[in-house]
Amino acid sequence: MTIESHEIVLEAGRAERNYWRDLWRYRELFQVLAGRDVAVRYKQTVIGIVWAVMRPFLTMLIFTIIFSRIAKLPSDGDAPYALMVLAGLLPWTFFSTALGDASLSLVTNSNLISKVYFPRLIIPTATIVVSFVDLLISFVILVAMMVWYRFAPTVNILALPLFVIMAFLTSLGPGLWITALNVKYRDFRYIIPFMLQFGLYVSPVGFSSTAVPEQWRLLYSLNPMVGVIDGFRWCILGGNSHIYWPSLTSTAVITVFFLWLGIRQFRKMEKTFADLI
Amino acid sequence: MSDTVISVEGLSKRYLVGHQAARGERYETLRETVTRGVRRFGRTALDMARGRQIIQGDTVEEFWALKDLSFEIKRGEVVGVIGRNGAGKSTLLKILSRITEPTKGRVTIRGRVASLLEVGTGFHPELTGRENIYLNGAILGMTRAEIKAKFDEIVDFAEVEKFLDTPVKRYSSGMYVRLAFAVAAHLEPEILVVDEVLSVGDAEFQRKCLGKMKDVSAGQGRTVLFVSHNMPSVQQLCTSGLMLSHGTALYRGSIDGTIAQYMSSLDQTSRQELRSRKDREGDGRLRVVDVSFHDERGNHVEAAICGQPLRVRIHYESRYDGQEMPVDVAFNLRSNNGILLTCFANIQTGAERLAVHRKGYFECLWPKVNLRSGSYMSTLFVGVEEQTADWLQNAFQIPVEEGNFFGTGRLVTRDHGDLVMDQVWTGAPT
Repeated sequence: MTIESHEIVLEAGRAERNYWRDLWRYRELFQVLAGRDVAVRYKQTVIGIVWAVMRPFLTMLIFTIIFSRIAKLPSDGDAPYALMVLAGLLPWTFFSTALGDASLSLVTNSNLISKVYFPRLIIPTATIVVSFVDLLISFVILVAMMVWYRFAPTVNILALPLFVIMAFLTSLGPGLWITALNVKYRDFRYIIPFMLQFGLYVSPVGFSSTAVPEQWRLLYSLNPMVGVIDGFRWCILGGNSHIYWPSLTSTAVITVFFLWLGIRQFRKMEKTFADLI
Repeated sequence: MSDTVISVEGLSKRYLVGHQAARGERYETLRETVTRGVRRFGRTALDMARGRQIIQGDTVEEFWALKDLSFEIKRGEVVGVIGRNGAGKSTLLKILSRITEPTKGRVTIRGRVASLLEVGTGFHPELTGRENIYLNGAILGMTRAEIKAKFDEIVDFAEVEKFLDTPVKRYSSGMYVRLAFAVAAHLEPEILVVDEVLSVGDAEFQRKCLGKMKDVSAGQGRTVLFVSHNMPSVQQLCTSGLMLSHGTALYRGSIDGTIAQYMSSLDQTSRQELRSRKDREGDGRLRVVDVSFHDERGNHVEAAICGQPLRVRIHYESRYDGQEMPVDVAFNLRSNNGILLTCFANIQTGAERLAVHRKGYFECLWPKVNLRSGSYMSTLFVGVEEQTADWLQNAFQIPVEEGNFFGTGRLVTRDHGDLVMDQVWTGAPT
């Protein structure tokens, strides 16, 4: 073992200068915690990992029936309606599980927080990785559906990783903010499921965002998931879907804002977690 | 190599505690309940708007767990931190291991700190023993490479080879604790902070852990802070001590000095407590004011020794003047986990009438103490003329040290229960 002769000073309200270096030093713990959550997620279930595929698949089926058959909403261009729903459902499912799990993550790991030191930022971030693994797995259905509809992707698909990262950051910012608040005010445990349920209907998951009247479109773009979902559709459905730049810009701005807010609030409250939890 | 690795200056830690207001009446009107609820909601809403902590209860009080604490620790020292419950030991360790931050003062630490405030932190019941070793190791601050290098050693130490791939939720509690401790025992930081964790597991394993801890501290000038209530292990392990009381350092010096200080403080407080305790029953014609222990010759001792005689003297004050009268003096013994072991009472032995003075003592001679080392709690009862005169729950403790019970020259240790029995063994053909 290397003997590093580093010195730490502990004082009230002292912002640690080497916080980010510390975070890097604890990257292995991050891997291990994320690995634990992934390994445990489907333990003692009969169909195991299939759950990750089942949920979006069944939701897709229902949404297609309701929005396409019953409400008779149009799809993006010539793309099959089911495929369009799936392209929106993947980022939404990721966002909602990531935000939901991340906002509870500190409270569920309270035993760790009150007994060991590590940069607390690791916990909510590692939780999001689990939802991220689910997202990767559910891409399997996407591929299967594309084969089923004989729908060939265009070069746009190459931009998909960019939007995946965007989805990750969009859920990280509010996730950090809410999990920090949830340590102090447990009210958020009840607010979040409600917000997510609400969000499912105000985000263009079951329908195309072109279905939104033009004069409302800008206001609608304030929902950061609109830009992410539109981006996913643009990548997956190729020329059938178009990028609406105002919504993409607003998503980027809102994501950066929430990341800044989330990290700032988290860092500010981090030191009192052990006393409050 | 005598440079300072930890220096603590004016360290203070404040907690806010809420209290429920005492309710005079058991029943209250709906209006009272509603107004109190509204007032409380108003306060928490205000707190939340200001971003402050929400505290349950009607009044809020400050509580200083640590108050202006200062001390230094040099490289290679093994420091025993002792003090009564609530003295601030755990808060100190939490600050040193960076779990919580101080309210005032500063701490300077040179070197990597690993803390062990609990065994098996982060163990996940669904994961196998193998997975949990990596998980727990990482949580305690070991790198994957370090764990890998020590993996076999850890498994060996824990004696769980056969169950490595079984989820730990299927482990017996003993196996669980052994595995958890084994991981922790193989930590190699420059500064190790250990809370009362050796008190887990069976005696055999505890000894093994103590041995391991000793190796850890003896090698390469590692600094260890060790909190325990188990004085023999503190004495065995530590080179110096720090005694805390009400959040400040009462003593900092040699380990023997610290333990002596601690023992005398315990003694003083328990003695003082006995006299001033209000939670007693009885008509008070006779009041127990103190309990003391003495050896065969009547010399005052702090603890009983397994296998030796012990005189327990129950000192009292009464309104009688040396009359011989029917009294009923009794005390029982409970083990650490609260099991009633036995009861001593004068009436069992036929000595039903004893002389009672204005100030005096009743003495019980225990010819051969047959308890294993540990501390035994006792409830005390004195009846005079068939009326309860004084009855004190958990009145005193009898500390018992290891002793040469069987006259073999070997000490009888803490293994296998609380009692030691005189016994004779022979072998014969049938």
